[in-house]
Amino acid sequence: MMARIRKLIQKPGFDSLVASIAAIGIGLVFGLILLIVFNPGKSLYGFGQILFAGVSSTGKFSKVLYQAAPLIMTGLAVGFAFKTGLFNIGATGQYMLGTFFALYTGIVWQFPWWAALLAAMVGGAIWGAMPGLFKAFFNVNEVITSIMFNWIGLFAVNVLLANIPRVLADFYGASNPDRTANMAAANPAAIIPKWGLDQIFGSSYINISFFIAVIVAVIAYFVLNRTIFGYELKACGYNRNASIYAGINARRNIVLSMIIAGSFAGLGGGIYYLSGTAQYTIEKILPAMGFNGIPVALLATSNPLGIIFSALFVSYIQVGGEAMQPEYAKEIIDIIISVIIYLSAFSLLLKGVIRKQLKKLVRVEAITSSKGEVEP
Amino acid sequence: MSDYIIEMENITKEFPGVLANDHVTLQLRRGEVHALLGENGAGKSTLMSILFGLYQPDSGVIRKNGQVVQIHNPNDANDLQIGMVHQHFKLVEVFTVLENIFLGVEPVRLGVLKYQEARQRVLELSQKYGLSVEPDARIEDITVGMQQRVEILKMLYRDNEILIFDEPTAVLTPQEIRELMAIIRGLRDEGKSILFISHKLNEIMEVSDRCTVLRKGQCMGTVDIKDTTVEDLSRMMVGRPIQFKVEKGDLKPGAMVLEVENLVVPSKLHKNNAVKGVTFQVRAGEIVCLAGIEGNGQSELVYALTGIEKITSGSVRLQGHEITRASIRQRSQLGISHIPEDRHKYGLILDYNLADNLVLQRYWEPAFQHNGFIRQEQVRSYADTLISQYDIRAGQGSQTIARSMSGGNQQKAIIAREIDKNPELLVAIQPTRGLDVGAIEYIHAQLVAQRDAGKAVLLVSLELDEVMNVSDRILVLYEGEIVGEFAPRDTTVEQLGLYMAGARRSQQAGVSENQEKSGTARKGQHS
Repeated sequence: MMARIRKLIQKPGFDSLVASIAAIGIGLVFGLILLIVFNPGKSLYGFGQILFAGVSSTGKFSKVLYQAAPLIMTGLAVGFAFKTGLFNIGATGQYMLGTFFALYTGIVWQFPWWAALLAAMVGGAIWGAMPGLFKAFFNVNEVITSIMFNWIGLFAVNVLLANIPRVLADFYGASNPDRTANMAAANPAAIIPKWGLDQIFGSSYINISFFIAVIVAVIAYFVLNRTIFGYELKACGYNRNASIYAGINARRNIVLSMIIAGSFAGLGGGIYYLSGTAQYTIEKILPAMGFNGIPVALLATSNPLGIIFSALFVSYIQVGGEAMQPEYAKEIIDIIISVIIYLSAFSLLLKGVIRKQLKKLVRVEAITSSKGEVEP
Repeated sequence: MSDYIIEMENITKEFPGVLANDHVTLQLRRGEVHALLGENGAGKSTLMSILFGLYQPDSGVIRKNGQVVQIHNPNDANDLQIGMVHQHFKLVEVFTVLENIFLGVEPVRLGVLKYQEARQRVLELSQKYGLSVEPDARIEDITVGMQQRVEILKMLYRDNEILIFDEPTAVLTPQEIRELMAIIRGLRDEGKSILFISHKLNEIMEVSDRCTVLRKGQCMGTVDIKDTTVEDLSRMMVGRPIQFKVEKGDLKPGAMVLEVENLVVPSKLHKNNAVKGVTFQVRAGEIVCLAGIEGNGQSELVYALTGIEKITSGSVRLQGHEITRASIRQRSQLGISHIPEDRHKYGLILDYNLADNLVLQRYWEPAFQHNGFIRQEQVRSYADTLISQYDIRAGQGSQTIARSMSGGNQQKAIIAREIDKNPELLVAIQPTRGLDVGAIEYIHAQLVAQRDAGKAVLLVSLELDEVMNVSDRILVLYEGEIVGEFAPRDTTVEQLGLYMAGARRSQQAGVSENQEKSGTARKGQHS
């Protein structure tokens, strides 16, 4: 038994996992303190909502999966780029472009859902390629360009949507002109299928998008860790000079990495707004889904498989946050998430501490166990 | 008072998987230069880090003047008047020399810095110990040698009595090394006690009084320098006699492999060209050495040959193929192997494991990939083959992260990778920089083996001993031009030194100088 635990502890990545879980734990405790401060009488109820609302009913659980899917995609957009040495803070803009491409092709061109999703990926890829090109050929920091492209993306999409009457809700008889059409009215074929899941879960939120996101995450994992393409991408990320020395085309890889990251975020926009339940509202604020990809990626230390779980977690406590209204403002959830991000930024530090403690544990165990067993 | 100012007794320090110090004892006498000798990974730096408070020993005691002391951090060490010059300097680049010296112990009155007082003190110290510095120059603008003197002044400013020098000569030019030796002797004569970490035997023989030798974490003993020889020390350090003279077969130059004609390479540091019209050839079966003082265009020349840097004009041919415009990968596939000068910046991806680093130049070959998927088994078994063939030592074998390996083994990994490609031309820049005698001997043997196997070898070196020992032909590079060509048996180290310093140049080089002059004249007209 102890030998198995030791093996687990010594696995690379185990301390990252422990560090992330520790960050989550401390963040939740901080949230509880906030709840007590704001409304002591309801604090346990509120905390209970955060912890358990996501599994309190199949409807709520559907909501968790529904929001997790685009979060996985934006998380991958940040995490994939990060693995290759780029900080893609532009997932929001790429998500916006994906949204636009999905809505436009789905409604105006009457694309079926899968083709509209592919179009969304193309849209995100274009928006991701821009900072990539600037970085590769002019050495402009991708953080600056991608922030600017977030805003360009937002306003460009707003202007475009506002001037295409067919995509707007009032074209189909709804009273609000500031949002896009209900997909059921505009093109039912563009709604992502539910494959009977809505019957099982009894919720209109559920569809196959969560599984699409999981499949993409698994593919991303394999590309990064099992292919020579991923080998090259990561080589450029870790050490650009050495990859140039090895004859790797670093410029091409920077652009490709941003294109792939952008297509992930674009797909995120597509699966959210082709769900049939979401309608895009023309507003002057950036959607949070893109930025929330950053904590999702950080929490998972950019591991694509870890991103599935961190996105589920973030979505889970967001559903909890909605459930504790009106006793508490749901912004408390944003604070908790911020604390967790803040702590996960310390994950390196936490990792060091945790590793030390684990090593101590292992050593004590090794000494007390039989002497014939020698540590490698 | 005790005879010894510092005694480290039975120090043991274990890192995961390595016993870095195994009951090591070191006794430093008042007013002596005490060398600490050992190969890379022998535990020298660990021992000094313990003395400086960066690590805590697992067991053992440290005494100062016979009193047991606890050193938990560098501040404790400073309080005990222990100072250290690290191999990589700890200076604030954008601060001036003066600011760096008093950083942490600023003289203040009511919160205002007393610049004059500090400056006075620094000037006095620099005069007393012959450490010439410019107090108001910024660190980023001064030479490495002067940066080192700043580090020494930092210790003196803090009234340190015990001065630790961690491989202080690794970054210096021969001239600067001579100056440093004089400084160290001066410090000793003023009563300072000095610990001098090195793996360069000549320096130890020259400057130190006694020497403690470490091998694989164990103390091999302490000897008086006047009673010992270089051969004895190296045997103690490596555990076997070292071959200082490189054994080579007869010179049998074969076909022309590398032909460089009028190569001009721009500099990234200044507006002039770094390489100014260089022409030379390398044949199969010979080692051609480019000698010169650092920064005379060697790096740029090699980067141009391997395709990393763009050239202004000229041509490069490999076995008759024009490769002037070829990509890095094409050159590599045509048979150029490159051992880069900075193994961390270019040679390795430190966060990749050893296996991934060993296939860095050939991961795309069918042997290691299938339809774009890495063939993990093949990569691993290939890595295991190289590891045993080239005796690369790494804690977790092929899965060891390159960053955690010792410098010598990192270099061995690069050499294994580059030689196993079976190149036609092996380009090596300073392949032995920062390595100990055992590793140097090994690398020289590998270079000579390539030559004897009928390959062309182009070696760039700053070490004259290496130049004289290994090469078949020596080209001296000065300010981006070849100023002389020699056979090692027809020249001396002193003569090479003159050419390297630019004091002399041969006839042929004079021609290229004239060309350059007319070149600059033309440039002058343009501007």
